[in-house]
Amino acid sequence: MSATTAAWLVLAAPLAGTIAIGALFNRLPGRSAGWIGTGSIAVSFVFALITLYKLQQQAPAHRELTSTLWTIAGTVGVDARATILVDPLSVLMICVVAGVSMLIHLYSISYLQGDRGYSRFFAYLNFFVFSMLLLVLAGNFLLLIVGWAFVGAASYMLISFWYRRTTATSAGMKAFVINVLGDIGLVLGTFFIFRHTHTFDLLASFHAAPHVFASGSGDVTAGCLLLLVGAFAKSAQIPLHTWLPDAMEGPTPVSALIHAATMVTAGVYLIARMHPLFQLAPAAGDVGAIIGALTLLIAGTIGLAATDLKRVIAYSTMSQIGYMIMGVSIGAYTAGLFHLMTHAFFKALLFMAAGSLISAMGGSQSLDRMSGWRRALPFTFAAFVIGGLALTGVPPFSGFFSKDSILLFAAGRGGWHWALYVAGYLGAFLTGLYTFRMIFRAFLGDPCPEALELIDHGHLFHPPAPTNPANGEIEDTDVGFPGPDHVIAERALPMRVAMSVLALLATVGGIVAIPNTTRWLDHFLAPTFADSTLLSHPSNGLLYFGLALGTVVSLVSIATAYFVWVARPALAPAIAARARPLTTLFENKWYFDELIDAVVVRPGAWFGRFAQNTFERVIVNGVLIGGTTGLVRAGSALVRGTQSGMLRLYAGMMLVGIAGVGLYFLLQS
Amino acid sequence: MTIGWYLAVSALIFAIGAGGVLVRRNPLVVLLCLELMLNAANLALIGFARMWGNGDGQVFALIVMVVAACEVTVGLGLIVAMHRRRLPIDVDEMRELQG
Amino acid sequence: MSTVIFFIAAIGAITGAIGVIVLQDPFYSVLALVGHLISLAALFLLLRAEFVAAAQVVVYAGAVMVLYVFVVSYVGREAAPLGQNPGRGATLGAFACGIALVIELFIAVLGSGLQAIGSDGAPYVAGFGTPEAIGKLLLTRFLAPFEIASYLLLVAAVGAVTLARRRGGLDEGIEGAPPTISVADLLRPRPLGTGTMAEAGGRVEVEQ
Repeated sequence: MSATTAAWLVLAAPLAGTIAIGALFNRLPGRSAGWIGTGSIAVSFVFALITLYKLQQQAPAHRELTSTLWTIAGTVGVDARATILVDPLSVLMICVVAGVSMLIHLYSISYLQGDRGYSRFFAYLNFFVFSMLLLVLAGNFLLLIVGWAFVGAASYMLISFWYRRTTATSAGMKAFVINVLGDIGLVLGTFFIFRHTHTFDLLASFHAAPHVFASGSGDVTAGCLLLLVGAFAKSAQIPLHTWLPDAMEGPTPVSALIHAATMVTAGVYLIARMHPLFQLAPAAGDVGAIIGALTLLIAGTIGLAATDLKRVIAYSTMSQIGYMIMGVSIGAYTAGLFHLMTHAFFKALLFMAAGSLISAMGGSQSLDRMSGWRRALPFTFAAFVIGGLALTGVPPFSGFFSKDSILLFAAGRGGWHWALYVAGYLGAFLTGLYTFRMIFRAFLGDPCPEALELIDHGHLFHPPAPTNPANGEIEDTDVGFPGPDHVIAERALPMRVAMSVLALLATVGGIVAIPNTTRWLDHFLAPTFADSTLLSHPSNGLLYFGLALGTVVSLVSIATAYFVWVARPALAPAIAARARPLTTLFENKWYFDELIDAVVVRPGAWFGRFAQNTFERVIVNGVLIGGTTGLVRAGSALVRGTQSGMLRLYAGMMLVGIAGVGLYFLLQS
Repeated sequence: MTIGWYLAVSALIFAIGAGGVLVRRNPLVVLLCLELMLNAANLALIGFARMWGNGDGQVFALIVMVVAACEVTVGLGLIVAMHRRRLPIDVDEMRELQG
Repeated sequence: MSTVIFFIAAIGAITGAIGVIVLQDPFYSVLALVGHLISLAALFLLLRAEFVAAAQVVVYAGAVMVLYVFVVSYVGREAAPLGQNPGRGATLGAFACGIALVIELFIAVLGSGLQAIGSDGAPYVAGFGTPEAIGKLLLTRFLAPFEIASYLLLVAAVGAVTLARRRGGLDEGIEGAPPTISVADLLRPRPLGTGTMAEAGGRVEVEQ
């Protein structure tokens, strides 16, 4: 079996899973849909490992393999084929995606039990994994766009999974619309590139790019900027980020998989994959870096003020992806992808733990109501702490190495990139603050009533009537709403297994790229990024300084969080009151939703009303349709008038006709 | 008088008959105007027969006369039938062929 | 001499024609037409069509016009209040139509390239237009039209009688139900006198 065959099987397994579950969805008893779904992803992961092994067996120069299954449309000037590209970058991605997805599927087997839409969930989830794998394995722009669109569709289907909740369906539509904006950018960007390279194939485009584009020329810059629009929409960067917090309406495994580990990293993957093009458009790279830096700071500040547990983690995702985007935009490809991998581990872990905590709270997600869960949920607490430490970047956890390597690269590039360096460490400080604010508030302190119920009586808190955590509406537990079961990690083995694996990876995952020691990831990804022209050579001194600074910043942020929210609980409201304008700004998420409403939504609605009332009603209905029918009606009335039944009229018309004919013949002769 | 004069008279009578058909409302008078037109045609036929020295035109005129007689018969029968049924004797009232 | 007669006859014909369309009373219109027909007969004579002229007077002015007189008397002259005035627009329209027609015909006839129009016609052959000549033509060259014309007369006569006879009509039967005939109705023997003038006059009893 060659590497490419294994790669095709990686794609085939989730597809088979989704079709199987979808076809049998109302015949699968109990949790078998879950096991089938998990099994198919497990098969996919095994094949991903086989692909990795086979790829490494090739010589380093021959590690960019393509395989075409069939030609979709081979017409003049267009080469549309079903091609996959197996190279170190895509193999890294499929291993991460398949591995993390497998663990999340395992988690979901227990987490979603009792939900009436159980089989539907696993069908959708498998479809999502298939789409994501298609996206990263795509060997030409066409399949990339197909995978991109499928991923957006899967995201929509999963966000509005509990479709009888209007908040969920609205959130799904919001995500989809913003993603479509990104799709437009992606497709237009492809056109700009295609115009000059005349091929959709990725490798061929990259080989041709330096010859057909002058560095910094208009077309390649425009193309890369449009690709960036696609990346920003998918990866929730400013200003196309407003969908991600609302996407937390979906079930927690969905948030873990799609909105932490995989889909939102598609933008990072895109920029890394298109790096030969971005190298020819330095302006686009700078835009990416700046937006990434802005996002990581802004998202961090909003996370400080958020009170919904999942939203804090969502803003954390946004912030970390800002790091990744910043990294791959300035040329730190290995570092950015390393952070992608470690982020997948600890963010998925955090979401899983959050799911357990929310179940224990009976469905409520409000941070204000949670406290003192440490004794009631020890395993969940441990998971939160490990995830939080990795996220904050405390050595020796994996997040520490990955975050620092990005910032080191920025420093090594010098010049204005020092601003990114500073922003990065500022963001790291904010990260520790909001992460441990969340952990300390939820787990330390006096147990809240829900926790006491678990500690004292040993059973989970159930609210009197199921409610929507976002707006408090009363629901039921039938299909379209969450099921009646609330499952915590302490009582479900699959959840504990998944979380333990991720905790282990989050702890030791940094080993693949410890600077100056193990360079496994660098060597692994070298064949893909060997042609990178954006190089950085930070000195060893800078390296050690960065490591020390990172450690100090993360520890100080944890200590500050402890001081503010545990030692002196009254301090937090006092600071918030003193800095009222800032607090309001953070609480209202920097008013981005309002801005988009004013700039896009209202004019759009106005235009729609104008089109309906003025254009449609007056011009189309009145002039065009009414005019045409009026003309026809008048004409037919005219003709109808001749059918009066009046004998004399008929005689007269006959005479006129005869006279006319006679005149004609007269004139002819 | 040259043949042209006769043809001119025929044309004039034909036009007068046509005008009469359009103007009068009594169907009897309309039929009379039709007779006028037929007679004008007869005159033209006889004139041409004289011009060519051929008897064909005169035979044609005779047949026209026969046809005119038949048509008058049927038409007057219609008018009598209308009168029997107390329908108004007015071409403008007979409008069932409209629409 | 012939010129004078021509003009008298022509003026008589035109006057008669105008009289037909102008006179209000249909009876007077009939009389005007009779005058017109006799003038036309004179014109025919001038054109050496003796038989046709005679036929015109005897058949047309004699038989057909008499028929007209009968019908006009039967129908009467009062009838409904016929606004003989069809409206200014229609009159003017008809006028314009007529004038256009006249002009066109004049141009057609007189402007044509026929030189013979300007002449008196072909040289006269003795026996032209006599009954013998017409009879010979009717029975040799125009035999078919002659026979068909006789059929036409037959059909017209039958038609006229059918149109004008008094009919009993079909009985209504049940209120509102469409009247139906069955085969039995068709095969039932007819009462005596069916199809005769007596029936037309309304003196035959029609059974149920």
